[in-house]
Amino acid sequence: MEYMVNIPIHLLMIAIFPPLLLGVINRTKAFFAGRNGAPTLQPYHDIIRLWQKGSVFSPTTSVIFRAGPVLTIAAIVAAALMMPLGNHPAPISFNGDMILFAYLLGLARFFTIAAALDTGSSFEGMGGAREATFACLAEPALFFSLVVLARISRSISLTGMLNDFPPTIWFGSGAALLLMVGALFILLLAENCRIPFDDPNTHLELTMIHEVMVLDHSGPALAAILYGASLKLLLFGALFIHITVPFRSGSFLLDWCAFTGAMILLAIIVGVVESTMARLKLTRVPQLLIAACILSAFAMLLVMRQTS
Amino acid sequence: MNTFADQLLVLVFLLNFMVLGTSRINIAIRVVAVQGVALGLIPSILHDFSWHLFLISAGMIAAKGVIIPTLLTKAVRSIGINREEEPYLGYVPTMLIGAVATALAFIFAEQLPLAPQHKELLFVPAAIATLLTGCLLLITRKKAISQVTGYLILENGIFIFGLLLADSMPVMVEAGALLDLLVGIFVMGIIINQISQEFSSIDTSRLTSLKE
Amino acid sequence: MITLLIIIPLLGSLAAWTIPDNRQRPLVLPLASGLHLIIATMLIAKPPPPSLNGWIFLDPLGKLVLLGITILFFFCAIYSVGYLAYRQERSNRTLCMGLLLCLSAMSLATVSQHLGLLWLAIETTTLTMAPLIYFNRNARSIEATWKYMMICSIGIAMALLGIYFLAYATVVSNIKPTLLLAPLLAGAKSLSPAWLNGAFIFLLVGFGTKIGLAPLHTWKPDAYGEAPGLVGALLAGGLVNCGFLGICRIYQVCAASSSHFYLEALTALGFLSMITAAIFVLKQADFKRVLAYSSVEHVGFLAIGLGMGKGALYGTLFHLLNNSFIKGVLFLTAANIHRSYKSKRVERVRGVIERLPWSGWLFMAAFFAVTGSPPFSSFISEFMVISSIFDSGNAAAGIAIAVFFGIIFIGMTTTILPVLSGRGDSKDLDDSGYRDKALTIAPPLMLMLITLILGIWIPAPLQTILSEAAVMLGAKP
Repeated sequence: MEYMVNIPIHLLMIAIFPPLLLGVINRTKAFFAGRNGAPTLQPYHDIIRLWQKGSVFSPTTSVIFRAGPVLTIAAIVAAALMMPLGNHPAPISFNGDMILFAYLLGLARFFTIAAALDTGSSFEGMGGAREATFACLAEPALFFSLVVLARISRSISLTGMLNDFPPTIWFGSGAALLLMVGALFILLLAENCRIPFDDPNTHLELTMIHEVMVLDHSGPALAAILYGASLKLLLFGALFIHITVPFRSGSFLLDWCAFTGAMILLAIIVGVVESTMARLKLTRVPQLLIAACILSAFAMLLVMRQTS
Repeated sequence: MNTFADQLLVLVFLLNFMVLGTSRINIAIRVVAVQGVALGLIPSILHDFSWHLFLISAGMIAAKGVIIPTLLTKAVRSIGINREEEPYLGYVPTMLIGAVATALAFIFAEQLPLAPQHKELLFVPAAIATLLTGCLLLITRKKAISQVTGYLILENGIFIFGLLLADSMPVMVEAGALLDLLVGIFVMGIIINQISQEFSSIDTSRLTSLKE
Repeated sequence: MITLLIIIPLLGSLAAWTIPDNRQRPLVLPLASGLHLIIATMLIAKPPPPSLNGWIFLDPLGKLVLLGITILFFFCAIYSVGYLAYRQERSNRTLCMGLLLCLSAMSLATVSQHLGLLWLAIETTTLTMAPLIYFNRNARSIEATWKYMMICSIGIAMALLGIYFLAYATVVSNIKPTLLLAPLLAGAKSLSPAWLNGAFIFLLVGFGTKIGLAPLHTWKPDAYGEAPGLVGALLAGGLVNCGFLGICRIYQVCAASSSHFYLEALTALGFLSMITAAIFVLKQADFKRVLAYSSVEHVGFLAIGLGMGKGALYGTLFHLLNNSFIKGVLFLTAANIHRSYKSKRVERVRGVIERLPWSGWLFMAAFFAVTGSPPFSSFISEFMVISSIFDSGNAAAGIAIAVFFGIIFIGMTTTILPVLSGRGDSKDLDDSGYRDKALTIAPPLMLMLITLILGIWIPAPLQTILSEAAVMLGAKP
């Protein structure tokens, strides 16, 4: 019975919840800047508005440019089906899905970059190059963190690792987990183009990374990209929250509420970070990503040693 | 209480990376101070209370957490240089080498014929990794003050190894070693001051008038 | 009595601190070191029983090192009165205090039976020497001081790690953890060999830095070159002996264990030092740096002597003593020459024998002594070591040492002889107006005489000390 209810809720969550996170972040930033800011539901309006518009395609682009956003969103949604949300098993779960999860995100990134390159604009090419460079530095951190989780939970599926994450682990290997959480937070900000790495609001070409790649998209394609970005934030947020808030009430509805609340809290924290930090110099970005890699690698070293 | 000591040692590892990654000398000095305090806490945590260990802890914290950082910060202020510009090797490569060195420290510690009661602890890898971090700083940094921080980290690494022997080292020797470290840093501070007056820079790469 | 040995120099440095007058202050040095010499002689003649739970005891090895230090320091102290009279332009308070503190720390090193205490004493000598190297207050001397300070501090830190390793060896092999020499020697056979070897490596690196074994010698030419002559003499003749004593202590423990690794390591570093010295001594344009490389050579020779062990030990220890006296003569006279010519570059110094006949001839004599020519004592000690190497069937090593001595002799000759001979009245040479004075000539002269006498006749008590010390290191009685 619970299972039957959970899957629809999971799907609903994927479909409806993510843009709210962007709204909350923007609201927090507006609050810190002393502005009223856009309404919290603004991202929904944006997506609906874009969806109703027509598309413009440059004659220099090929089918890759049109397929890019579609494939990207497909890959992210597929990944979202494997990530357990709110302490409930994911709809799809099998041994080794953590690797598929990581690679689906990689695939999404690949198509975003490919579409950007397809425009033939050197400007978007530059964005693609930056994205690819930082991705190579960020991905090891993700994998190391997943290995840590796999080692602790002795399971290689995301559901097995994150669902029922026992709080007692924090006593046993707290140091390793703390390091990994640090790495995951850096990753969360970097992967979702949040402030110390990339500014989602900027249109200053010297510093843009993600935004520059999607400049040529319009209409429904842009709506898909916007939605995909928010969904990715949800996925990393879920990974983060399962570890930091290993809370389980017993009642499944309460669990969903707690999860939603925690996600919104995380969005607020991200908003605070964005408001209080300055963007990093582009040359410093790899340094922080490598720091994340080292943190997670070190966490891996610690758990390997502990359990061997 | 061993787990708490282990957490402190993990902190020590992280601080190693922070020193390797930062370009600001003031931050590096503070990081080294925090590391010294963390290490100073360990002997009291690890063993039952005794005046001997208490003295070592108190001395460690006072010397490495308060006096040495004050001395060095003063030196930095009077020289007016706060950035390590253009080290011999960039920050990212040094951090990566530091990471590799840390991994090697773990592997190497596995191979060492340790006493059975020390096999599971983080002390030996922490000591080796910190030692290597210190060496790395000494090799890659140009500014005299950064080299002094490298020396301090190296000394911390040796101290971590000494923690395994806290029972057998007489307090007099420990205290003397600390005092010597203090005086040494003091003398180095004076020398750095003189270097900055004489060369209007504390780049040790400029000290080249004496060579074959 | 032993307490006095350490306290008198301390009191002396306190006195030097309080005396305001720059002219009177240096007088503390001969006074304190004279007392030190008397007490040291009495102690060496009749050492008191171990005190402080066995931490403090003057054994034959300690006696030997103490003897060298106290005699050298005494003459350096007399010299300093004459020397500092010429250097009234700057305060000599730090110099006097540092010298006496260093003497105190060196004495402590010779009597300590606890390795931790020994380390502490040697580390203190390192620190006290740093301000002394910077006595001349110029860019070159600050550079030398910085290099000395960094390299030696790191080296001495490595030695501490080595001592920790040694203590850990006792933990691993379930002996009661200790750093006292006597129980360590008693339990040496059961010490964990891996940790013992590790300890030896780190102690060799640490104290090797201190004494300037290649490739850890890089600070040496700079510091020896830039420090005032009497500081150079104490570095080369006093601190080297202390560092060497540190190596001898761990050598004792290794010799009592079943390891052989330490001998090979010592021999290898020793040969490396001799090769380095042979290469760098050629074409040196600075005669004080030549002396530094000569010191590297002799330290290497001492390391080889230890590495060969057995019969070579007696000669090695004798050479240690000779080396400190000869280095004293060389550095003190070199300082006189430097003072008069205001330069230590070979092209700026010519005809010393004409201008400073006493210094010139003494320098010449010491030069022959340091290269191992008869009838000086260093010839005897080198001969003893090399012949025992041949006796033990290591002909190749013996020949190699002889060849290096030859090369270094030639290398030093090409630098030193033009300095000594040649025309001294040339107009283009600087002249500070300094000429030989009794106070700056008598000390090196006395040291030279001692070397000469030891070359002809070794007093029986000294023979006893030498053979007892050699037995401590594992020679056959």
